[in-house]
Amino acid sequence: AAGNMSAGSGSRNTNTEPWGSFDDNLIQGGGSAVIDMENMDDTSGSSFEDMGEMHQRMKEEEEVAAEAAATEDDNTDDGEFLGMKGIKGQLGRQVADEVWQAGKRQASRAFNLYANIDILRPYFDVEPVQVRSRLIESMIPVRMINFPQKIAGELYGPLMLVFTLVAILLHGMKTSGTVIREGTLMGTAIGTCFGYWLGVSSFIYFLAYLVNAQITMLQTLSLLGYGLFGHCVVLLVTYNIHFHFLFYVLWLLLGGLSTLRMVRTTFPISPSFPLLSCDLTVCVCVCVCVSGGGPAVSNSRSHSSAAPLWDSVAAPHALPALPALRLPQDRRRSDMTSLPVVMSLNRHLLSESHFLFVVSGLLDSLEGPNMAPMQRVARDVPELTLNATLRIQGALLRAR
Amino acid sequence: LSDEASRPFAGLSDVSISEDIPVEGDISVPMGSSRRDDEFSTLDEPVKETILRDLRAVGNKFIHVLYPKRSSALLRDWDLWGPLLLCVTLALLLQGGSADSDDQGGPQFAEVFVIIWFGSIIITLNSKLLGGTISFFQSLCVLGYCIMPLTVAMAVCRIVLVGGSGPVSFGVRLVVVTASFGWSTFASTAFLADSQPANRKALVVYPVFLFYFVIGWMVLTFSPAQ
Repeated sequence: AAGNMSAGSGSRNTNTEPWGSFDDNLIQGGGSAVIDMENMDDTSGSSFEDMGEMHQRMKEEEEVAAEAAATEDDNTDDGEFLGMKGIKGQLGRQVADEVWQAGKRQASRAFNLYANIDILRPYFDVEPVQVRSRLIESMIPVRMINFPQKIAGELYGPLMLVFTLVAILLHGMKTSGTVIREGTLMGTAIGTCFGYWLGVSSFIYFLAYLVNAQITMLQTLSLLGYGLFGHCVVLLVTYNIHFHFLFYVLWLLLGGLSTLRMVRTTFPISPSFPLLSCDLTVCVCVCVCVSGGGPAVSNSRSHSSAAPLWDSVAAPHALPALPALRLPQDRRRSDMTSLPVVMSLNRHLLSESHFLFVVSGLLDSLEGPNMAPMQRVARDVPELTLNATLRIQGALLRAR
Repeated sequence: LSDEASRPFAGLSDVSISEDIPVEGDISVPMGSSRRDDEFSTLDEPVKETILRDLRAVGNKFIHVLYPKRSSALLRDWDLWGPLLLCVTLALLLQGGSADSDDQGGPQFAEVFVIIWFGSIIITLNSKLLGGTISFFQSLCVLGYCIMPLTVAMAVCRIVLVGGSGPVSFGVRLVVVTASFGWSTFASTAFLADSQPANRKALVVYPVFLFYFVIGWMVLTFSPAQ
C-alpha cells in the first residue's frame, strides 16, 4: 500500500467524482500511509472490510487517473478531426465512452467488494484441533472470560454444523414421512437451519447493540453455530432411537447445556445486559430443537395421540429458562425488579405458543384422524399481565 | 564515461571468427508453426472425431475415478461433461419413486440437481477459503466425477428392488451403497486433499464426507412406486 501511495502522490488532483471529497485525504502525504480512524469500526472483529474498501478506492483513483490521462491524449489527437466529423459525433462518442467506463468501474467495484471471497478468508483460518476443542467447549456452561475479544470468531465450525443439522433434519423428515405442501423438503430444511442461524444471530447482535454490549456479529454467529452441536447430537440420536424418555433427557441435558453456555458467555459482557434477552435466546434455541424433534417423536409407532405431547413438552420447555432466571442473583445489583421477570415469562410463553402453533401445523399433516380437534387451534397470545401468566400456567398443569 | 554507459556492449563489436575454422552441422527447424495451425482449426475435422475425442477424455477420467491413483489427469484437463452426465443420470434414476400421489416419496429432479451442484460449490468455496491451491472448476470436476460409484450403486439398487423390497434386499442395498459411498469419498479426497496444507486435510474431508453421505442416503432410502 505504501508503494501505491507514493505513486499516486505525484499526480494532479483527479477529482472526477461529483463528491470527490475523500481524494485529498488519501493522496496527500507524499508517501506516508494515512489511515482514517473515523472509518474504523471499533467493535468490528476485523477491519478487513474497511481496509479492503480503502484499497479499492485507492486503486480506483489510479485507474481514474490513468483513464483521464488516456482520454486526454486521445482528445488532443481527435481534436484535429473535429472539423471533419462534426461536434455531435465526437461529443456523443465521448459521452458514451465515459458512461461505459463509469459503469464498468461501478460494476467491477461492486463485484470486487461483494464477490471477493478473500474477505471471508481470515474467518476460516482454523486447525482441526481448535474445532474439536471448541465443539467440546460449547457444551460446558462455564462463566466465560471478561474479555469479549477472547470469544473465537470463526465461520468454519458453525457452517459445517448448520449443514450437518440440515442433513439430520432431512433424514428425520423423510423417515417420519413429513409432507410439505408448499415447498420442498430440502428447501424447508435449508431455510429453517440457515434462517435460524443467521436470524437469531442478528437478533442477538441487535439486542447486544441496544444494551451496548461489546460483542460483534461474527462472535454471535460463531457462538450460536457452535451451540447447535448439542442439538445436532440430540436429534441424531433420537431420530434413530425412538424413546420419548431418552429424547427428553438428552434434549434437556445437551440442549440445555449448550444454551446455558451461550447465555453465560454473552451475559457478563455488559453490566446492563437484560434478563429477557437471555431468556429469549434460550427459548428460541429450545423452540427450534423441539420443533425439529417434535414431528419425529410424535410419529413413532407407540404414540397414539398427540395430546400428552403438548403438555409434556410445555413443562420441560420452562425448565431451561429457569437457570437463566437464576443467573443474576449472584450479581450485586439490587434493582432487579419483578418487571423483567414478568416480561421474560410473557416472552417465554409467547414463543412457546408460537412454536406450538407451528408444530401443530406440522402434526396436522401427520396424524389426521388421531388428533383431537382441540389441539389444532392456535393458542391465544397472553396479555402482558401477571394474572394471565399464572392462569395459563395453571391451565397447562391442569390439562396434564 | 557516459559514452560507455550508453553503449554497454560497445567493446564487443569487433569480435569476429577467423575464416579457418569450418562451421558445419545440421539445422533442423521444428515444424511447429504448421502444426499449430492444424490444432487450432479443428473446424475442418469431421464431427464424429470431435465427439469421440471428448468422449474419450470423459471416459479416461471415469477410469481415473475407478482406480484413484494420485494422478493429475483429472485436475489438468478438467471438464464438466462427466459431472453433468452423472448428475442427470442419477436424478433420472431417482425419479419414479412413490411420487405419483401427493406425498413425496422420492426427491424431485430439481432437488437432486440442486443438492449436487450447490453442495459441490460450497465444498469448493470451503476448500479455497481453507487455503487450497485447486481452482474452482477443477474442484467441481473432481467432485462431479466422483459421484460415479454412487450412480452405479443406484442402478444396482433399482435392479435389486425389482426383485422385491424385503430385509434381504435392504441388506444388499445397504452394503452396496456403503461401499460406493466409501469409494467416492476416498477417490475425491485422493485428489482434493493433496491441494491442502497437511494439517488441514480433516477440515476439507468432512464436508466431502457429508456431501456423499447425503447422496448415498438418498440412494438408499429410495423406494419405488407401488
